[in-house]
Amino acid sequence: MSGVLVVAEVRQGALRDISFELLAGGAQLAASGAGPLRVLVIAGDPAAHAEVLNVPGVEEILTVTSPLEHFEAHLQGRAVSEVITQLQPAVVLAGHTVDSMGFAAAVAAQLNLGFASDVVSLSFDDGMLQAQRGSYGGRLVATIDFPGRERVMALVRPGTYEAPLPGGGSATVRDGGVTLQASQAATEHLGFIEADGGDIDITKADFLLAIGRGVEEESDVEKMMELADAIGATLVSSRPLVDAGWLPASRQVGQSGRTVAPKVYLAFGISGAVQHLMGMRKSQTIIAVNTNASAPIFGVADYGAVADLHDVSDALAEHFGS
Amino acid sequence: MKIAVTVKLAAALDESAVLRDGAVDDSDLEWDVNEWDMFAVEAAVELKDAAGEGEVVIVSVGGDQVPEGLLSCLAMGADRAVHVRVPHEAESLDVIAVARLLAAVIAQETPDLVLSGVQSSDFASAATGTALAGLLELPHVAVVRDVVMADGALEVQRELEGGLIERLKVRLPAALTVQTGINEPRYATLRSIRQASAKQRTTVTPAELGFDDAALAALPAARTAALAEPPVRTTAEMIEGGAAEIAAQIGSIVKARIA
Ligand SMILES: Cc1cc2nc3c(=O)[nH]c(=O)nc-3n(C[C@H](O)[C@H](O)[C@H](O)COP(=O)(O)OP(=O)(O)OC[C@H]3O[C@@H](n4cnc5c(N)ncnc54)[C@H](O)[C@@H]3O)c2cc1C
Ligand SMILES: Nc1ncnc2c1ncn2[C@@H]1O[C@H](COP(=O)(O)O)[C@@H](O)[C@H]1O
Repeated sequence: MSGVLVVAEVRQGALRDISFELLAGGAQLAASGAGPLRVLVIAGDPAAHAEVLNVPGVEEILTVTSPLEHFEAHLQGRAVSEVITQLQPAVVLAGHTVDSMGFAAAVAAQLNLGFASDVVSLSFDDGMLQAQRGSYGGRLVATIDFPGRERVMALVRPGTYEAPLPGGGSATVRDGGVTLQASQAATEHLGFIEADGGDIDITKADFLLAIGRGVEEESDVEKMMELADAIGATLVSSRPLVDAGWLPASRQVGQSGRTVAPKVYLAFGISGAVQHLMGMRKSQTIIAVNTNASAPIFGVADYGAVADLHDVSDALAEHFGS
Repeated sequence: MKIAVTVKLAAALDESAVLRDGAVDDSDLEWDVNEWDMFAVEAAVELKDAAGEGEVVIVSVGGDQVPEGLLSCLAMGADRAVHVRVPHEAESLDVIAVARLLAAVIAQETPDLVLSGVQSSDFASAATGTALAGLLELPHVAVVRDVVMADGALEVQRELEGGLIERLKVRLPAALTVQTGINEPRYATLRSIRQASAKQRTTVTPAELGFDDAALAALPAARTAALAEPPVRTTAEMIEGGAAEIAAQIGSIVKARIA
């Protein structure tokens, strides 16, 4: 059992950033003795991605040709599973992404691999892999190990490693030795629906007032809209308010919404779940108001106040009004 | 149409909780039906209603907190519930172990459809439903935000990053993981809760499913070796004082940052 296998992620014909981040993580593990770093790319035209995936530290690029133009969970699972069975890597890395959520745990369960998802750090010591991940809504950090498992699959949170520049390595490219057939797919792709542009482009605003589930009443959304107007901010929100239909999807910040980086992000009643943070952590200044002093949002904020958002919003309206 | 829904009782850690000897104290935990699973139960009830016939069976692996959660799922319209009762020390079973226990129950139930939540609010693994589908060798789609039956198959929308949506068709039997916002989970009424208590609830042990103590101990694909507070809880400069002071501070930060 040796080596690190990175599973690259391709969407609509393009490699996603996470593929490169995983190579950085994989290279660190390889340098700590986990064995050679290989990357597996499954796509309609996998060879087209080989050159950029060839970053320093990668020994081999394995290609598997998909008969379909788009990711299909069952074809992906089959290819990953066959390559793991051939190579017996000690560590398999994939992204903690929507595509991986669709196939990775199925492979891990079927092959009886060690498994951890949403991993934020990895180390390889004395032949043992350890991982860290959040627990209890990100309140605590858990250290995970994998007793009795010689091969481990870890799904790594996007943003954990810094992506290296594409290309510049000396890897060999070879066929992964897996033949996929369209008939092995268990789903049929009917099309994509692009994200709705909506009434507003929140990625262009300098100042965002972001509201979360701490705003308990739909009637308060109107009040927050007025506050945003009064202080010169654009109103955005976390997902639950969009799920409830209180605000349109075009105002949702986060993994399944928009990614923003305004000059100021003022968050009211948002806990700071990872999928929300992914969409706003690059903001220049983050101010968080939350009644819960241990809310994870304070872990990324520049300024924080443990306070009730309703009190602060009334005071802000007054402050900016005068 | 027979639908199995996997439901987890998820734990929220009290705001002021502190670790004792690297462990969480039971008294600091508050249990609730996992948010995502409310949407999964609602989706199952709606699909059954649209089909005009069928059964919705809830399956949950856990300890003492499970029965009350099952009752609220039954009050939402599910027909029957199975509690896989695990001993207290096994409550930290990892996702793969839980998936294997769920698979043992669901293999006997042979439903047309298995619904899980995308993820649980406490450990956010986002993996159990897909692991379960793999073990049952069912066609599966993760992170589903819309589902309808059409000509004996399911048409689903899978939600990708950045709000991109993929439309897919998947034949039955199948397994889906359900995303929040797919529907509006109904509230249980006093009447529905009363009716729920008359519905069938069964309890099984891992041993009854064929996992003796040794087999149960060998199930997890991972172990929590240590729990700790994050190295830095907050990087933020905290603004003290009442609402007026906080507002004034926010005002001056905004003014300074937005030229
Ligand atoms: C695949 C996937 C994609 C996702 N995509 C997104 C996404 O794009 N965007 C997103 O936001 N989420 C997304 N989520 C959901 C995410 O996991 C969280 O559930 C969500 O971000 C929580 O929103 P919240 O912080 O508003 O609510 P909560 O987590 O419920 O937090 C509410 C906060 O308000 C505080 N509060 C309560 N009352 C008050 C008060 N009076 N004053 C001040 N504070 C108060 C509470 O202390 C708490 O911290 C996604 C999840 C999945 C699985
Ligand atoms: N102990 C459990 N019992 C029943 N279902 C579970 C359990 N743990 C997880 N699940 C299901 O798996 C989904 C995803 O959870 P997770 O993979 O833990 O994030 C949940 O929404 C449930 O549907």
